[in-house]
Amino acid sequence: MPLDTSFTGQKFKVVGTRPLRPDGVDKVTGRAKFGADYSAPGQLVGRILRSPHAHARIKKIDTSKAEKLAGVKAIVTAADLPDLTNGDKGMFDILENCMARTTAFYDGHAVAAVAAIDARTAREALKLIKVDYEILPHVTDVDEAVKPSAPVLHKNMFTEGMEPKPKKASNIAKRTEFGHGDVGAGFKEADVVVSRSFKTEQTHQGYIEPHACVASVGPDGQGELWVCTQGHFVYRNTCAQLLGMEVSKLRVTSSEIGGGFGGKTHVWAEPVALALSRKANRPVKLVMTRDEVFRASGPTSATSIDVKIGARKDGTIVAAEATLRYSGGPYYGMWAELGAMTAFACYDLKNVKTVGYEVLVNRPKTAAYRAPSAPMAAFAVESAIDELAHKIGMDAVDFRIRNAAKQGTKSSYGPVYGPIGIGPTLEAAKHHPHMKAPLKKNQGRGMACGFWFNFGGQTCTDLNIGVDGTVNLAVGTVDVGGSRASLGLVAAEELGIPYESVRVVVADTSSLGHNDMTDGSRGTFSSSMATVFSARNAIKILRERAAKMWEIPVDDVVWEDGHAKAKGEGRGNLAPLSLKEIAAAAGTTGGPIAGHNEIVADGAGVSFATHICDVEVDPETGATKVMRYTVIQDAGKAVHPTYVEGQYQGGAAQGIGWALNEEYIYGKDGRLQNAGFLDYRIPVCSDLPFIDTQILEIPNPNHPYGVRGVGETSIVPPLAAIANAVSNAVGVRMIHVPMSPPRILKAIQGDKIGR
Amino acid sequence: MQYEAPDTTKAAVALLAKAKGSAYVLAGGSDLLVRMKGGFVEPDLVVDIKRIKSLHDVKNTASGWSIGATVSCAELGENKALVKAWPGVVEAANLIGSKQVQGRCTIAGNLCNASPAADSVPAMVAAAAKAVIAGPKGRRTVPVEQVATGPGRTSLKKGEFIEAIQLPKRPQRSGDAYLRFIPRTEMDIAVVSAGVNLVLDSSGTVKEARVALGAVAPTVVLVPDAAKAIIGTKLDAAALGKLGAACSAACRPIDDKRGTIEFRTKVAAVLAKRAAKIAYGRAGGK
Amino acid sequence: MSVKISTTVNGDKVDFVCDADETLLDVLRNRLGLTGAKEGCGTGDCGACSVTVDGRLVCSCLVLGAEVEGRKVGTIEGMANGDKLHPLQKKFIEHAALQCGICTPGFLIAAGDLLKRNPNPTEEEIRFGLAGNLCRCTGYDKIVRAVQAAAKEMRGV
Repeated sequence: MPLDTSFTGQKFKVVGTRPLRPDGVDKVTGRAKFGADYSAPGQLVGRILRSPHAHARIKKIDTSKAEKLAGVKAIVTAADLPDLTNGDKGMFDILENCMARTTAFYDGHAVAAVAAIDARTAREALKLIKVDYEILPHVTDVDEAVKPSAPVLHKNMFTEGMEPKPKKASNIAKRTEFGHGDVGAGFKEADVVVSRSFKTEQTHQGYIEPHACVASVGPDGQGELWVCTQGHFVYRNTCAQLLGMEVSKLRVTSSEIGGGFGGKTHVWAEPVALALSRKANRPVKLVMTRDEVFRASGPTSATSIDVKIGARKDGTIVAAEATLRYSGGPYYGMWAELGAMTAFACYDLKNVKTVGYEVLVNRPKTAAYRAPSAPMAAFAVESAIDELAHKIGMDAVDFRIRNAAKQGTKSSYGPVYGPIGIGPTLEAAKHHPHMKAPLKKNQGRGMACGFWFNFGGQTCTDLNIGVDGTVNLAVGTVDVGGSRASLGLVAAEELGIPYESVRVVVADTSSLGHNDMTDGSRGTFSSSMATVFSARNAIKILRERAAKMWEIPVDDVVWEDGHAKAKGEGRGNLAPLSLKEIAAAAGTTGGPIAGHNEIVADGAGVSFATHICDVEVDPETGATKVMRYTVIQDAGKAVHPTYVEGQYQGGAAQGIGWALNEEYIYGKDGRLQNAGFLDYRIPVCSDLPFIDTQILEIPNPNHPYGVRGVGETSIVPPLAAIANAVSNAVGVRMIHVPMSPPRILKAIQGDKIGR
Repeated sequence: MQYEAPDTTKAAVALLAKAKGSAYVLAGGSDLLVRMKGGFVEPDLVVDIKRIKSLHDVKNTASGWSIGATVSCAELGENKALVKAWPGVVEAANLIGSKQVQGRCTIAGNLCNASPAADSVPAMVAAAAKAVIAGPKGRRTVPVEQVATGPGRTSLKKGEFIEAIQLPKRPQRSGDAYLRFIPRTEMDIAVVSAGVNLVLDSSGTVKEARVALGAVAPTVVLVPDAAKAIIGTKLDAAALGKLGAACSAACRPIDDKRGTIEFRTKVAAVLAKRAAKIAYGRAGGK
Repeated sequence: MSVKISTTVNGDKVDFVCDADETLLDVLRNRLGLTGAKEGCGTGDCGACSVTVDGRLVCSCLVLGAEVEGRKVGTIEGMANGDKLHPLQKKFIEHAALQCGICTPGFLIAAGDLLKRNPNPTEEEIRFGLAGNLCRCTGYDKIVRAVQAAAKEMRGV
């Protein structure tokens, strides 16, 4: 059967219903096994020694005393992780980030690791390792890092994407540019122009489960890794390369994952755990502390963004440009590039230009965080859009509707859009009761839009039919938020059997072909596509078996409602064969029945959302309370609507935290001041209202069921929506996120700027 | 580390007095265990005082209240008579940490942790609370504001620990209140805080007042000028303005990850005024 | 120094030996095989390790194992009655009050304590009552609704 990924508009029986999730009982009884919940026989405890300095040359590491401590079984430094990256710069950065080589680039950078018989011994051993540092000047602020006077992290870093290529090394790793038209000419047509600079501070994904793994490597070159990850296949490939192992010899099992949001797409300590295990020839369990998670696993970028937008009095945007500087930690990334691509993606613009600069600083290596880079760009652009609407005297929603991208629009980052949801989400916002609800004193309402690409990528699934006709579906995308339920629904839909007859598991790397990460909102999108085709392949075999049982040509057998049905003259007396009956006979009709599918799931439909929020600001303290919040987003097709709502609500809550309180705070010494949940303040239950959701379904033409990714877009609008609401409440334009109480109080009581 | 759980005060004092290395008292543990986890302290001896039965009582006597050192803040909140008598002290105690922390933390521990941002301390200082200290030389009683001498430092000598906190007997027409500013609605350390305790005369005029501020100086500070600003008034706008000004003037804060000098100085005045109004209402003022 | 402790966990008599400075959380997870309580922070800021000690809700990361001599410890593993889930457990699944599930055991223990003390809490009481438990996935919406639904069922209305 050809793999036609087109949307067919079929009527669904179970897709779109809300059954219970298959991992529910395990997770409410405490028996679900997360990263730190597994133990291997004879395992050691691994711990990592980290640099207390923001930037320092490592002159010498003396491990001799630690080695002599009873109970220490292995000590690893960069010398035990030789460079096997063969010129692959990205891979070398990962290696160096896992274990500093000649230089520690941030407070928390790993410099050595120990495996010992227990935690106490491991802790003692770390104290006995003497590292001789030469402290170097550091820079942690994104704007400071681009100044000519800033200390340069890498002497061989000459900005890519510049013509001519710079002769002087700097902290700008790369320049990227997107857009079309002529912004200079466009601005000349403008009646009103808003031009403003914005800043956002660095935030962390803040998953509640710290990174954890159990690594086991033997002298035979075979290994096992149990780990909480968003992509065990990618972890396998990375770890195998860094350790010089053959990919097939390393089996990686993904544990239940206690949140990732992008932060578990990247290896941090896993190669170190494997190196320790290989050296000790015993399993090693390595669990980060919360302090280590903040200091040494990847947060998102801090940014500094300049935006200029011009419009005619009739409300037409004539030109838009932005310059975006994103911090990447000490390593090259594509963070500003993603910001530059997404910044104006919601709008239909004749003249648009965005320029991104990847800026290196002495902070942890930046990692993806839910729609990486888009929320900051949206904060800047959607704030400026609001201000522009106000200056023109147009309603903020109407102004956006007038300029919204639609099918056929050439996007600001290049491609031409198919059917998209920005217009419909804005129309839904315009007519939402939230928009008309009265506001009280000190309250303000804001709204904003957001965009995310969504990804597809390499995917495969295995669908096996048991002897009793129940079904096992093995997928390779880690379930981060309920996708096993969604994929069970898809298998049940295709096969025509009850949801309860399907058990979905996330297979380990030795049991299934390669799957890319669960990132880019691809888990349900791509694995559901592969599941549809796996099921259709299984149905083909089921029809063949039925044909054999009936002794009729397979072309005369159709599959309907979970049954093989014979068609054609004289076949009326053949009672339909159920999947169960065919499965029971499998042993005599050709053996086990299964369906497989391996694809690159192209065509992830882009995603748009519009958020509305009301805030109340205490004018005497600058404290902000979110009073009401509404998320409107296009899901393409909501396979399990409850979990789609959950994604919308969760993304909004993370965005609210980012907008109001969350930030990395560095001291003058370059050390992180708030590496814990006490002072890195993610929203608590009493900080939030119920978060209302409205799911729109504009089918993705490139998925059989019309599915689009839903996981990320919901974090894009909140920064701007809340900034617009606060600005409207206090009468001052907020330009720095998070809008912490001291910043708001200063804005209120300082000079009034803008509106 | 050695762990001991003696069942008398005398035994606890003896253990602490003869300890060779670093010795710590464990009451609720919500500060001590955090510091141990972070590697900031590595005790040689921990003396768990929760097995000392006499430290687990809340007593209401003719001379006032006595709260044993191991009574958790959650238990204070469940004591209706205490809540009625000292609502400000109890609300302050009930703001420390989460419900989980409430089940463990104590006001004696909160005092001995000697953080300038400790929630219960401004309320206790405003209440003129006293600490009963047991030690090798017997018992002594000191005003709570004399316990902390700086961030993390106390005036307790080797072998000493706090057995109980005493709150005075409540006169008629009295009331107290505590407010703190935190960026979230829960789970934060106070950025700035204010405790106010008032006694009114029969006409509703403030007769006695004590105002204390948290997180604006190395220790919680009692602000006599703030009290003076409202004594003899019915908390009219002018008096409240003077109260706020006196509080801001008493601030000697720092810029840190939780707040700025400017913010703390401004908001100290806001909170003191708001707390004074609540205390006034609780004292029966209108 | 190590200490020998006799205690009761979920109604069962348990003896264990642990280091004097070892937390109850580490004892439960590493010595008793009860990994339902999670370490999200180790400093009492996330609530993922919530258990009860003598009926009082605590973070087990802020309790020493040595302290529970002769006491009664309650963990998530003891919440269901045999094969019958507690109403909170049932409602958490029905209302999709969990996404990743790492915070779920802590939320259930804390919510159980909340409903024991206040069988008919308002939304605000639920939100403040559970403020010591961090969830990064759900935005708390469905958690609050699940607790409301469980409270209603437990009150028999």
